[in-house]
Amino acid sequence: MFIPCDRGGGSAAPDFKGFTLLMPAVSVGNVGQLAIDLVISTLDMTKVGYFYTDCLVPMVGNNPYATAEENSTELSINAEVYSLPSKKLVVLQIRSPFIKNKYRPFCETLLSWVKSSKCARVVLLSSSHAYQRDDEQLLGTPLRYLLTPDLEKAVGGRMQELNWKEMEKVAAYPGINDTDKVLHIPGGGITKLLFTESCSNGIQMAVLLKFCSEGDNIPDAFVLVNYLNEWLQLIKSEVSTSNSSTDLSSQWKIPSSWRLLFGNGLPPALF
Amino acid sequence: MATFFGEVVVAPSRAGLDEEEEAPEETPEDREIRREIEKKRIFCGSFPREVDVLWTWRSGGGAEEPLVCSKFIVAIGRNASAFLSSFILDSVCWEVVGVVKLWNEWCRTSSTTNVLPTDSFCLFYRLISDPTVLLCQCSCYVAEDQQFQWLEKVFGSMQKEGLQVTILSTCPVADYKTQESTLTLASPFLKALKTKEFQEQVCCPLLEQPNIVRDLPAA
Repeated sequence: MFIPCDRGGGSAAPDFKGFTLLMPAVSVGNVGQLAIDLVISTLDMTKVGYFYTDCLVPMVGNNPYATAEENSTELSINAEVYSLPSKKLVVLQIRSPFIKNKYRPFCETLLSWVKSSKCARVVLLSSSHAYQRDDEQLLGTPLRYLLTPDLEKAVGGRMQELNWKEMEKVAAYPGINDTDKVLHIPGGGITKLLFTESCSNGIQMAVLLKFCSEGDNIPDAFVLVNYLNEWLQLIKSEVSTSNSSTDLSSQWKIPSSWRLLFGNGLPPALF
Repeated sequence: MATFFGEVVVAPSRAGLDEEEEAPEETPEDREIRREIEKKRIFCGSFPREVDVLWTWRSGGGAEEPLVCSKFIVAIGRNASAFLSSFILDSVCWEVVGVVKLWNEWCRTSSTTNVLPTDSFCLFYRLISDPTVLLCQCSCYVAEDQQFQWLEKVFGSMQKEGLQVTILSTCPVADYKTQESTLTLASPFLKALKTKEFQEQVCCPLLEQPNIVRDLPAA
């Protein structure tokens, strides 16, 4: 599944032992994917390979993180892997939707790759339909987290310190029987499947998600990536003197591919 | 999501979400029902989503040698296929060497090589004077779940060392993302994408961000 980039000179395949794998779920508003774009763009991560898979709709374009003429002609496809060894971080970016009936095969192949490459843990960025929140969820923070039991032991305490909210379970049969609770992540794509599979396979996985709706999801992406940063500290937060809150939005670099997200320029004849 | 009239509907999503995650575990009865339905579909003439590539020089049995190919030109879509028909193909210099047989909700191709321009077809031609030059005219729509299969079966039959592939395709101008409005653009125009390994001069500008190519040409 994973094909390393040929960096020339017979270089060995990249080693991800002990790394944190950060990846998005293709979910409502594409928030996870936008957040990953911000991480890759800001940290100027190097592409180290891609996934050769029949589970995603094919697409190709030129380098979405291009900053100048010189680096704008590298081809980019639907599932690529970037790495930053100094932070022991490897990032998977997924750029197209899943093909019908391919969720499970993709999850299985991905998790077996995670095991074989000996990644220490997986952090999944996702989102869920805001309109499906219950009365309590409508109040307070729209951000939630989930930890597999293996990761709970390692970082559960840190989540308490950060005052994060765990994703609530909902009744399996609402209105009939409120005691059976299940995890329900509407609009989350492969999130629930990947999480439950990780739990049963002993993989350390954290899910960070935001409740949102379709629309201009750029602000949602910023909120989610700042949430991630509270824990992983990928970029330093500079406390601004004018206000006491640490606003990191200006420190994330927007990639060039985010241009024209909502259409072309207007025809002058319109006015 | 509540609509204006107060009914609750599932919100459509750009992320193309399937509600697949809600599918419960199959019981033995479910499996049995599904098997019966599959049998009935094939009996009634609903074809499965297999892609079959039939080459004229192969008898179909045993291990086959991969085709030695130096240049492979693929035209995807009706416009690109028509371009090849009008300017390149003729019965003197080119011979038909293969056909793709597939079925999906949009089109069905057959194994006949005698096609009309208005048919949906996917044919392979070889240059008689240089049999390593191959051409493919694919005017049928290859569905998402068939694109990978098409790719594997076609390229699986070829020797890939020293192979140069050129893909011709068209997209609507309205899909092109640019700062100005597309009304003022001089169309039609050419754009290209190329791999690092392609060292020759490209005859037109490269496709700018944030434009992308999808479906079979991307595959």
